[in-house]
Amino acid sequence: MPQRILVLLAHPVRRRSRANAALAEAARRVEGVRLHDLYDAYPDFLIDVEAEQALLLEHDVIVFQHPIYWYSSPAILKEWQDLVLEHGFAYGREGTALAGKSLLSAVTAGGGEASYSPGGLNRRSIEEFLRPFEATARLCHMRWLPPFILHGTHLLEPAALERHAADYAALLQDLRDMVEA
Amino acid sequence: MSEGFLAQAFVYLLAAVATVPIAKRLGLGSVLGYLLAGVAIGPFGLNLAGNAGEVMHFAEFGVVMMLFLVGLELRPARLWAMRGPVLGAGGLQVGLTAAAVGGIGLAFGYDWRMALAAGLILAMSSTAIALQILAERGLQKTGGGETTFAVLLFQDVAVIPILTVLPLLALAPATGGGAHDEGWIATLPPWGQAIAVLGAVAAVVVGGRLLTRPAFRIIAETKLREIFTASALLLVVGIALLMEAVGLSPALGAFLGGVVLAESEFRHELEGDIEPFKGLLLGLFFLSVGAGIDFAQVAAAPFTVAGLVLLLVLVKAAVLAGLGLATRRPRTEVLLTALLLSQGGEFAFVLLAFATQNGVLPVAEASLLVSVVALSMLVTPLLMMTYGRLADRLADADLPPEPDAIEPQGSVVIAGFGRFGQIIGRLLMAQGHTVTVLDHDMETIETLRSFGFRVFYGDASRLDLLQAAGAAEAALVVVATDAPETTLSIIGTVRRHFPQAEILARAADRNHAYAVIEAGAHGMVRETFGSALELGVEALRRLGLPAYEAERAGRLFRRHDLRTLHRLGALRGDDGRYRLAVREASERLSAVLERDKARGRIIHSEGWDTTSLVEEVRRNAALKQAEG
Ligand SMILES: Cc1cc2nc3c(=O)[nH]c(=O)nc-3n(C[C@H](O)[C@H](O)[C@H](O)COP(=O)(O)O)c2cc1C
Repeated sequence: MPQRILVLLAHPVRRRSRANAALAEAARRVEGVRLHDLYDAYPDFLIDVEAEQALLLEHDVIVFQHPIYWYSSPAILKEWQDLVLEHGFAYGREGTALAGKSLLSAVTAGGGEASYSPGGLNRRSIEEFLRPFEATARLCHMRWLPPFILHGTHLLEPAALERHAADYAALLQDLRDMVEA
Repeated sequence: MSEGFLAQAFVYLLAAVATVPIAKRLGLGSVLGYLLAGVAIGPFGLNLAGNAGEVMHFAEFGVVMMLFLVGLELRPARLWAMRGPVLGAGGLQVGLTAAAVGGIGLAFGYDWRMALAAGLILAMSSTAIALQILAERGLQKTGGGETTFAVLLFQDVAVIPILTVLPLLALAPATGGGAHDEGWIATLPPWGQAIAVLGAVAAVVVGGRLLTRPAFRIIAETKLREIFTASALLLVVGIALLMEAVGLSPALGAFLGGVVLAESEFRHELEGDIEPFKGLLLGLFFLSVGAGIDFAQVAAAPFTVAGLVLLLVLVKAAVLAGLGLATRRPRTEVLLTALLLSQGGEFAFVLLAFATQNGVLPVAEASLLVSVVALSMLVTPLLMMTYGRLADRLADADLPPEPDAIEPQGSVVIAGFGRFGQIIGRLLMAQGHTVTVLDHDMETIETLRSFGFRVFYGDASRLDLLQAAGAAEAALVVVATDAPETTLSIIGTVRRHFPQAEILARAADRNHAYAVIEAGAHGMVRETFGSALELGVEALRRLGLPAYEAERAGRLFRRHDLRTLHRLGALRGDDGRYRLAVREASERLSAVLERDKARGRIIHSEGWDTTSLVEEVRRNAALKQAEG
């Protein structure tokens, strides 16, 4: 049975997005993927917790797709986590609703790969900066998948962006067709 | 006759107007002011009062109205909840005071029947004085205030059996006519009397429930204020007459009528209409008590009278204090109750007259007691002057002080409950706030009542109605009326008379918004602004702007517009209309639009915009390549 994939997209100014726009478009074309634009759904930040939880229950793989802003996610994804991943639902003794599901971070960063190395401007890798998400997955009994990272968006040529978008689509397809462990 | 009446009215009104404000100024309270004014115009002062006894008889109707108003404040459920204190505290107060006073009478060598009669009569306290002082000091809803009220309520009921018992205590044959002066009902057999009494009570309850509302609705629709007032008076007078006819206390009947109407939407309007009459009549009552004090008798035996007054006050206060302490009430509460109920009551005058008629008390003793009771009424306001200080000291000693049980009622008043006010009301109620609503449109009220709202009929710009709706205790008053002038007048009234309440107001447009703020509103919203903005945001979305950006564009527009509004509002105050006109000209639509366009650019050059960042990174990369 194919895995059901939910992509939670968080980008506050979608019209100005290049990288995430391309990735989101690629994801949308993959059959069995549901794309959910958080800024579009909740322009007032009033997250509908019940609806979001129901959506999570309907899917096996959850993807957080967003640009890296200040080494983390745009604000709405934080709001989403604070409210939707409730105690008793996502974690805690009775919070097992997400157990066995997988979490994938798909992020784009302005800084190039070199800047995210020990000698670079940012010193640490994106994986390091994504630790809070990894810990969140673990607390919610979810499998933490190796993140999909698109580095150096500032300098990215259109052709390269196309290629990365295709890679992203392929990854989602693999996840969809993956046999349950 | 009419000239005589006018002259007398003039004397009484002048006495009140001249004395009461001074008394209040001096911190003596209005009750003492009235009493002293009465003494001043009485036979032992200027001798202008005419027949004070007759006036008092007329003025006693003020007590009936007062109890009607008290009943209106008391929903049946609350009255039921009070049954414990009424029977407990009330029953014990009457029983123990009667026993104590009677015991003293026996000790002075009086016949036990006289002693008991005097005990029962003097156990009554003055509803008029106690409730008036409570209201004046805003203590009605405190624990002490409620106990006081419970005791008074019991006394009102107790008058009926006392009237029945007194003739049995007669020493000499009755001097008056029949035992009871109760008209046709006395001619009925006992079971017939019982049926008549029950029938009268049932008539008040059932009539109040079923008939008054449709009747008042029809009257309200005529929109003739004075007819509404007339029917309110008619109702109270009618109940009083009915009760009198079956030998019940008119005050008690009026109280019952009030309770029955406490849940009616006309409650506040009724309160507003009856209140001034009650106030005037009570004032008149106090005046006539003052004027009626027989100083000739007092002068003949000053020490006896003074001693008796002191004894009466002491005994009554001691009984209440003992009761309170025995039941472990907080000491400030006990103090309040003991001081407030330490005087003889207006019922004592009636009962004393009745007792002499029936040969229970000799005329000399009875008239002495009339003076004692009247003077004891004079003592209460004096005692109450010490209450504040004593209570503070007790409260300090009583650690931790018991918080006053204040009913969480009427914390929000919404004036005007059309489509605008309703949204506010629903939001507040959904958050669990108690909302009292005033509106003058019968149809609105009908509809909303069927949804379970507490909506009351009345013109929200009237001070008395706002008062009745609880504006004096309200934390917040929302003025949501649609007529701009009405809104301003309500804001002014609330600001002047209920300074503790915050005021939020609905403004019609920009100019009205300024006027609303100038009138003293703490916050306002222009009625069409929010919804127009929302539709504008929706339009942006339909035109292809992503939801979050459209939302932000709307919010930014709003912020900008409000800032402009406040900036211009500040200008309005300081320096005449000229500058304002100049500034406003520059704020013309074209200018506003020009700036909005500029702001449109601002939206897109905020933190999320990476244009400059990308350019810099690219430049650096190009440089590096050139070097490398
Ligand atoms: C507010 C803000 C913060 C950013 N913080 C970072 C950062 O911490 N690290 C980084 O590599 N890039 C950062 N960037 C660059 C973005 O990651 C980059 O512009 C984005 O991934 C491009 O994707 P897009 O075309 O979908 O907007 C930031 C950009 C913005 C607007």
